[in-house]
Amino acid sequence: MTEPAAPGRNRALLRRFTRHRGAVAGAAVFLAIVAAVWLGPFLWRVDPAAIDILARNRGPAPAHPLGTDQLGRDMLARLLAGGRISVAVGLAAMALSLGLGGLVGLLAGWVRWLDGGLMRLTDLFLSLPLLPLLLVMVMLFRESLAAAFGPQTGIFLLIVFAIGITSWMPTARLVRAAVLEIRERDFILAAHAAGTAHVAMVTRHILPNVMSPVLVSATLGIANAIVTESALSFLGLGFPPDFPTWGRLLSDATVYLQTHPGRVIWPGAAISLTVLAINYTGDGLRDALDTRHRMTGPSRI
Amino acid sequence: MLSYALRRVAMSVPALLVTALIIFLLLDLAPGDPMAQVPLSVPPEIKERMREALGLGEPTHIRFGKWLWQFFAVEPMVWLDAVLGTDLAQDRQRVISWQTRSPVMDIVVERMPQTLWVVGMAYVLGILVALPIGILAAYRQYSVFDQVGTLLTLVGYSVPPFFSGVLAIVIFSVHLGWLPSIYDTTHRVTDWHSFTIQVRQMILPVMVLAVQTTAQISRFMRAAMLDSLRQDYVRTARAKGLNEWTVVLVHVLRNSMIPVITIIALGLPQVFGGAIITEQIFKVNGLGQLLITSIMAGDLPMVQTVTFMLAVLIVAFNIVADLLYGLLDPRIRHD
Repeated sequence: MTEPAAPGRNRALLRRFTRHRGAVAGAAVFLAIVAAVWLGPFLWRVDPAAIDILARNRGPAPAHPLGTDQLGRDMLARLLAGGRISVAVGLAAMALSLGLGGLVGLLAGWVRWLDGGLMRLTDLFLSLPLLPLLLVMVMLFRESLAAAFGPQTGIFLLIVFAIGITSWMPTARLVRAAVLEIRERDFILAAHAAGTAHVAMVTRHILPNVMSPVLVSATLGIANAIVTESALSFLGLGFPPDFPTWGRLLSDATVYLQTHPGRVIWPGAAISLTVLAINYTGDGLRDALDTRHRMTGPSRI
Repeated sequence: MLSYALRRVAMSVPALLVTALIIFLLLDLAPGDPMAQVPLSVPPEIKERMREALGLGEPTHIRFGKWLWQFFAVEPMVWLDAVLGTDLAQDRQRVISWQTRSPVMDIVVERMPQTLWVVGMAYVLGILVALPIGILAAYRQYSVFDQVGTLLTLVGYSVPPFFSGVLAIVIFSVHLGWLPSIYDTTHRVTDWHSFTIQVRQMILPVMVLAVQTTAQISRFMRAAMLDSLRQDYVRTARAKGLNEWTVVLVHVLRNSMIPVITIIALGLPQVFGGAIITEQIFKVNGLGQLLITSIMAGDLPMVQTVTFMLAVLIVAFNIVADLLYGLLDPRIRHD
């Protein structure tokens, strides 16, 4: 039995990816941002919630490198704390969306009688106006969830769930297409003949081979989730005011746009830089994994 | 082709009914009471009567049926009455907004022009800028123009409107003081001077929205052009001595436009849906702003109706995009 995902292929992928300089830079910047928001609060040990009303609305100074807000809270500490939540929401929502989409796509591609129904469901979800429904979901369920799990955990679960449930469809379609293509290959026939059980078939042969489209959509999924969470926070439907996320910081700063216009720059730049870095990585991954452009057969229609 | 179109429309009807039901149930099953804001001093029996006046006394399936009847039968009648001067609707109950106690459709019609002007203008402008960028970037692949263009479109694609909008206000309204940051909907265009005011207040929201459209469409245009430029017929066209302009702008462009036009059609529902965030930032009182304020106020009939109309538009433009594909590309036949 041949193992399709040989180590040599991974090395070739890495080489193609590293040739895309923008993608490498993007990945490096994203990892740096994750490291900064993860480790930053251990190095910059200022409480993001500590109010110092005498030092409010300060500009950048050694004590407060990014200045302070209208209650004298340190902007750098808030930016780092906010980044933690934003990045965590992005990763968790991506994982949920990937899990849902992967499961639906795998079932639709592998189990014939489920295909029709699951694909109609995917089409139905794709035709829903997602942003309005997302807003409605968050608006209607936030209080009961906040009461059940506490304000931070409740809202975190709600936002991750709402983003995940409205963004799994492209992944499902990609995975289904990849599964349909792979199941006709000879090595699957060989595995069938060798008496491989269904579960082993999926975990050993199908999953490793659908990883490449999943990887690209996972990358872009993080960016999408971070932007959506920030948009919700910006509209006042995200985390409660005590938990700064980047969207929330931006939204709070717009109130003081006339007097302190500089304050919107940091959270906005943090969101934009993160999303840009992720999108660059996704582009590079797609180029590295896309076999279509390397098959330069002239007969391709 | 016609039978395909009819079949697609027929198939979309049950899908839309399920969509309407999903939206309805989501709103209906949600915890939270529309009467929550009524003061505690109001006695319970009066609260019960207020609840009935809002149509909340009846079970879910009856209310869903009534909404369907009002939306699909009464509202078209009202519309026909207004156009033809007949009296079909008489005094039948219309979908009423809880917030304003006036018919939902009247408010939608009121909000539509602002959204169409600002968001529609941005869409058209964004496409007009995107196409040449995409064409040139693909034609000169890996050139400086392509590299810079790709970087800028990726930046435009990555910067969310709630930052670019705020940034535009900081630069153009606060620092430079060139343009107003708030869109005044009551402004009437009567002469040249009021026209320039209208243009000035439209620049910022249109610019913020157009940058996003440009970023998306030019990426598609570039990819589609690159796909076509590698084809054999391009080599044939050059070999038989056609000049470069004809080859690129006629032979290549016409074939590359097929997927791009589909993408443009698929994006059109957003124009009608309004741009929720951008409208909120610049205080344009269009449909997006109507939707967000109704969601915050818990105005269920309004949210239900506007969201469902968006779903109808999405499904309709999906069908349009598929039909366009068949019309433009003779290799694709819908039979």
